[in-house]
Amino acid sequence: MAEARKVLIDPLIDTNPVTLQVLGICSALAVTTSLLPALMMCIALTSVAALSGAAISSIRHRIPNNIRIIVQMTIIASFVIVVDQMLKAYAFETSRQLSVFVGLIITNCIILGRAEAFAMSNGIGMSFLDGIGNGLGYSIVLLAVATVRELFGAGSLMGFEILPLTGNGGWYEANGLMLLPPSAFFIIGLLIWVIRTARPKQVEKPEYQIHEVHRTEVI
Amino acid sequence: MEQYINLFIRAAFVENLALTFFLGMCTFLAISKRVETAIGLGLAVVAVQAVTVPVNYLISHYLLSAGALAWAGLPDIDLSFLGLVSYIGVIAALVQILEMTLDRHFPKLYNALGIFLPLITVNCAILGGSLFMVERQYNFAQSVTYGLGSGFGWAVALIALAGIREKLRYSDVPDGLQGLGITFIIVGLMSLGFMGLSGIQL
Repeated sequence: MAEARKVLIDPLIDTNPVTLQVLGICSALAVTTSLLPALMMCIALTSVAALSGAAISSIRHRIPNNIRIIVQMTIIASFVIVVDQMLKAYAFETSRQLSVFVGLIITNCIILGRAEAFAMSNGIGMSFLDGIGNGLGYSIVLLAVATVRELFGAGSLMGFEILPLTGNGGWYEANGLMLLPPSAFFIIGLLIWVIRTARPKQVEKPEYQIHEVHRTEVI
Repeated sequence: MEQYINLFIRAAFVENLALTFFLGMCTFLAISKRVETAIGLGLAVVAVQAVTVPVNYLISHYLLSAGALAWAGLPDIDLSFLGLVSYIGVIAALVQILEMTLDRHFPKLYNALGIFLPLITVNCAILGGSLFMVERQYNFAQSVTYGLGSGFGWAVALIALAGIREKLRYSDVPDGLQGLGITFIIVGLMSLGFMGLSGIQL
């Protein structure tokens, strides 16, 4: 039980797929201009991660080693097609906003990375939980970035107005930069800074240092 | 002709895959520590992108889209839901073929690219290029141009970032920002720079 909890909870902050393992960044940046598509993306990715983890784990003893990547890709692609068709059927507007990024879940390194690193060597239940845990870790980052970008870029959350815009007679001047691509990089960069300040274990060792004398606290 | 030059420049700079659509970010951040490796990977991506986008165009246009099978006497069949699986299959197969050809005929280049070649399969810039081609309904000549242009733009962005990161080793970065954090902020600034090109009308 304790092990299951560890598998589920650890990826949230301590081994977060986006900020520590550098996986799945593409979509984490692209779909975060507002909260609703980001939420859809999180649900899509978490379900694909959990299901494909379980599926790959269930046939892990039968997959020949030298073609395993292609087998994994095919399984993942099939789940992504199911999710894509569901979104098109039940949430057409959002699926239009997500554009190609639902399809790109296939090449999202979180899913292939977890399949390769975890599902190939663990049982079905654990792989399912690991998929959910990593999906949630990704979701936390995605939702945090989307909240900041939509709130300060458009003054709203999930489409509801929170900060009344000057254009509508309110007081808040919308920050257009937040809706543009660069802001996503800045926000994730700062988020990494915050997490690594709170968890100094995650700090990377610098490759090269000039001021060794002045910076003894690092060593 | 002018139309194609236009499309090339737009795909390479204005709609840069890495900096405005965030595609291929994982490799973009991981393989940008040295300029030499960045150049190798950039060339491989241009080659794969220039081949896969037109091939996927042929597949989607003659096999998968609604009514595409009319030449086989099956005008009512719409296989477009099989798109994702076929595109990724084509990409994986082409990367494998490229790998074997290079190994056989250009062993030097093959050794230089090393591990990056198989990694290109899971580079979302490649799949993203094909998906954008389908979504924007390019024709064959346009898809060749788009493949070349977008691959080129991605490679240029990668090499530029590698150059900056090599210089960055001499700067005094706060501990928490060391490595990944500062890289994100640099990429943000680069993306801001590339946005300056977005008003260009050719």
